[in-house]
Amino acid sequence: MQLDWFIIFSLVTASLWTVMTRSLLRSGIGLALTSVILAIFMFRLNSPLAAVFELSVCAGLISVLFISTISLTHPLSAQEKIQHMWVRLARFWFLPLLVIVLVVGLLLMRSRPQIHMPLAQDLKDARVVLWNFRQIDLLGQAIVLLAGVFGVVVLFKERQKK
Amino acid sequence: MNELAPQLFWPCTLGIAMIFVIGLYCVLFTYNLIRALIGLEILIKGVTLLIILAGYITAHEALAQSLVITLIVIEVVVITVAVGVVLGIRKHTGSLDARNIRNLKG
Repeated sequence: MQLDWFIIFSLVTASLWTVMTRSLLRSGIGLALTSVILAIFMFRLNSPLAAVFELSVCAGLISVLFISTISLTHPLSAQEKIQHMWVRLARFWFLPLLVIVLVVGLLLMRSRPQIHMPLAQDLKDARVVLWNFRQIDLLGQAIVLLAGVFGVVVLFKERQKK
Repeated sequence: MNELAPQLFWPCTLGIAMIFVIGLYCVLFTYNLIRALIGLEILIKGVTLLIILAGYITAHEALAQSLVITLIVIEVVVITVAVGVVLGIRKHTGSLDARNIRNLKG
């Protein structure tokens, strides 16, 4: 139980660091760290298949995508960095305060909820559910993937020179 | 219902609420387009955790996992296309600042 508290605390801290850090590259790395911690927590919540997807796709692929994009943009000059730092600080100083207020508020109205949910059927295998009962979802995934591929092709298509 | 679910419900809800606030704040208060996408990613992490928690509490982990896999696939596609759009904007305007793309503002 204490380990779960620690993991949740790490998850929130990592996501806060991702948002608050000045460098975009560190933000990308922080996002990968957040995904890794979330994958560990998903594994603890009896969801190993989804945890593997989170680890490989979100912590791996999306982080690579973000870091590649950041590397394609030019860095700020020293003067711009200082100016940008103060502007960011003016916009983001409120966020840690908001998180603390939220924690205190939620802790004050803490109550143990009575959860009455129907018991699970004998569907324990995610693969069985995904392939046998969620086929429409799979079709949707395939369509979304195709749409994404066509979108990227259209976005990066070089215009023909006349 | 899983035995540990009532004990885990409260800390998880607290964590999810904070992740939502952090992601939403990032999306609303940043002008950098890449950082806005990172905020969107953090919001999606909160949704992912919420679905997994709901599956754990109701002992429908298999269904929750299949939904999360679908969510991850959609997330990847959305982020890839959005990154492509951001790079196009960067090529067109020379910056990643959202204030520079207000040409359509009425």
